[in-house]
Amino acid sequence: MATEAAAAVGVGYTKLTKASGRTVLDLATEAARSSAQDAGVPLAEIDGVVSFSVLDDSVSSEAVATTLALPELRYVMDFHQGGQSPCFMIQQAAMAVTQGYAKNVLVFRALNGRSGVRVGSGQFAGGAAQYRYPIGYNAYLMYIAMWAQRYLYETRTDPRALGEVAVAQRAYAERNERAIQRRPLDMDSYLASPMVAEPFRVADCTSEVDGACAVLVTTLERARDLRHPPAVIASAAYRAGARPGLDIGDQLLYDDYTRNFTSLLREELYRRADITAGDVDFAEIYDCFTAVVLMGLEGLGFCGRGEAGEFVRSGATGLNGGLPVNTHGGLLAEGYLHGMNTVAEAVLQIQGRCGDRQVARHDVGVVTSGALVDGSALVLTTDR
Amino acid sequence: MSAPAPPTPAPGAISEFFWSGARRGQLMIQRCQACGTYIHLPRPVCRACHSFDLLGEPVSGRGSLYSFTETHRPFHPFFVDRVPYLVAVVELEEQAGLRVLTNLVRVAEADVRIGMAVQVEFERLSDDLTIPVFAPAVAA
Ligand SMILES: [Zn+2]
Repeated sequence: MATEAAAAVGVGYTKLTKASGRTVLDLATEAARSSAQDAGVPLAEIDGVVSFSVLDDSVSSEAVATTLALPELRYVMDFHQGGQSPCFMIQQAAMAVTQGYAKNVLVFRALNGRSGVRVGSGQFAGGAAQYRYPIGYNAYLMYIAMWAQRYLYETRTDPRALGEVAVAQRAYAERNERAIQRRPLDMDSYLASPMVAEPFRVADCTSEVDGACAVLVTTLERARDLRHPPAVIASAAYRAGARPGLDIGDQLLYDDYTRNFTSLLREELYRRADITAGDVDFAEIYDCFTAVVLMGLEGLGFCGRGEAGEFVRSGATGLNGGLPVNTHGGLLAEGYLHGMNTVAEAVLQIQGRCGDRQVARHDVGVVTSGALVDGSALVLTTDR
Repeated sequence: MSAPAPPTPAPGAISEFFWSGARRGQLMIQRCQACGTYIHLPRPVCRACHSFDLLGEPVSGRGSLYSFTETHRPFHPFFVDRVPYLVAVVELEEQAGLRVLTNLVRVAEADVRIGMAVQVEFERLSDDLTIPVFAPAVAA
């Protein structure tokens, strides 16, 4: 590992609800403040704020710096992408603190994703949408469904594999007080769930919520003096495939709908951390829809091509399995903070703070952000 | 009460040929006049040779099904009476990887097979809007 390393040191959440009744700025401020308090870093020492949004559904980094009354702001970013972003935002924060451009950088995602702007049904402007809306190809879940159908076809995977993902993750959500979906789910109730866009049933889809989540990043040196053990940022990567598209719904020029960005970035992600897939203790895989977990398991090298469904069915991704996956219940069950909470869960697991759902081995965790052509990922480790 | 209007594109200079072609009953795809590469969605520059000399040209309208999804829930008022309906990615025979987004028509979901041969036809949704759709190809 390089002498200069960064670590995630604290996390903050608001309550996740279907109607917050609060402004996004209010939510963002609460989660950001909580992450600093969680780490034991005085707000006055926070000098960087980083965030992302889609469709202007959030508030600016400077607005949050203002409500928190941060006295010295040195690093800001307001990034205009969705679920591809969280790991990449942590990467930005890590670069800022390891390069000395800032000391303590907050990364947050805040939105009224249920009661306000709903990403799945938005009217995206731009030239590519004119080829989608007249044919009724007008929701994000349909774009993922189109990939999932091709994946199931090429890999000869039984669509019930999607249900296995939903069932496995719900078992974690039962142990997660923050999760918005905690009712037990078995395969029968999965199969009774109404079809939305083939192959996705309601139970395959993320739970949209109002809320916010933040993660605080600082140098490893500073992290060692803070309240909780550091979650060392051992590696980070962002990758987009060739010709990633004119907008969020344009994947016409991406060759292969069965392998997502995780297969593109796996090698460099692991190389930078000097690990292999076999070294990974647990994974938090972005899951706006179940099929993305199957592509992630294969893309990250945890199982072979077409084997992800059987991998999940075998119990491997459960709490007592060889590779616990989405230990908060995932975005499916905890709620759709566009993957910021996926990062935060990995930090809590590395720190050993997950209580009933704490995985036994938690020295090396992988996190992903994103679903299709483009996305980012992290390797987090204990301070070894 | 009048029926909801379909979502109607507001084409720019780069895409007008596609929609006016559909109104005439022709599937038009942008093609590089320098190297012959077909490009869809239309872009300002050829991705193969970077020429700006691009024009819409008629294509055969024959292709094969790359993927599809049947949507059961409408996300726009126009589709309330149309669900469930099929949305598809069709690969045109003119060039490997040349894909279009479309609706699949005159076929039940249970009979749809990825890889099946399909053929373009046209559906008039309003005075202003005709869309290319695809149906199973009829053997010659
Ligand atoms: Zn050319």
